[in-house]
Amino acid sequence: MILEWIGDAILLLVLLPVVVYLLFGVLRAANSIVPSVQQIARSAHAGSQDLDAAALLLTTQDQVAKTIEAAANYGGSLDVIVDDA
Amino acid sequence: MPAAGVVMIIAVVLIVAAVVVFLVGTILALQKITTWLDEAIAGVVGIIEKTAPVGDVVKSINTNLDAGVDLLEGLLVKKAGMEDAVGLVDGLYPGAAAAGFRNFPDSATTTAPRISEVYTKGTLTLARLGREAPIAAASPNGPALRNAASGSAAALALYPGGRPPRGPSPSLPRSPVIGTDSPEQYEQRDDIGQPRRRMPAGTATVEKEEG
Repeated sequence: MILEWIGDAILLLVLLPVVVYLLFGVLRAANSIVPSVQQIARSAHAGSQDLDAAALLLTTQDQVAKTIEAAANYGGSLDVIVDDA
Repeated sequence: MPAAGVVMIIAVVLIVAAVVVFLVGTILALQKITTWLDEAIAGVVGIIEKTAPVGDVVKSINTNLDAGVDLLEGLLVKKAGMEDAVGLVDGLYPGAAAAGFRNFPDSATTTAPRISEVYTKGTLTLARLGREAPIAAASPNGPALRNAASGSAAALALYPGGRPPRGPSPSLPRSPVIGTDSPEQYEQRDDIGQPRRRMPAGTATVEKEEG
């Protein structure tokens, strides 16, 4: 009989607080991750929107090619009309 | 049932209840994390997809720009000579002479003439496009070809026949006097003070119809 009461005391005074403490720590850690993950998701979304202008690089590529082509033509003309040093 | 057994059952129930409460809270938090991670992954995937062609495009742009730089540098050195080319580039971009041209290793050791101290950038550019003699022939050790601070002597060179004297020139006619009291009235009208002329009847009718 005494052993049963000792077991009850251990359950209520030792095991239950330990379980509550450990599980509360897990819950607190899980809840602390949520804001960080939300911030990561917003940052990724904003970064993805910022990169919408990356498609304009194709226009830049074409413009650079045309500019260099025009410069090459201009340089060829200069090579003809300007004397060498 | 003995009292000790009842207390034990109550203790076990309390422990199980605590486990359930905290585990449910943890599950809800993990579900939130999963939802937000899905959004984060979607954003990251968007970033990856949008930046995928950037490398090739930038490489192509750089290739074209390299070709343009090689072309312009070669043309500049060919037409202006190494020293003037280095001086011209250093005048337009101060400090660039130290780096030199990419395809001309000797350009890094060439002493840049002080072209930018003599000519403005616009003049410099136009001068290099012309057929004139090298503009920095006396540089870098000689004096500046034109002193920007006291360049009156250089300005005189603009008048090969001599600078015109100050004041009114006797060879030029005087400016006409204008105004109502001027001795000569230009475009004198003969209808001033006369009754106002009437327009022809047909014209007035047409104007009225048009109006």
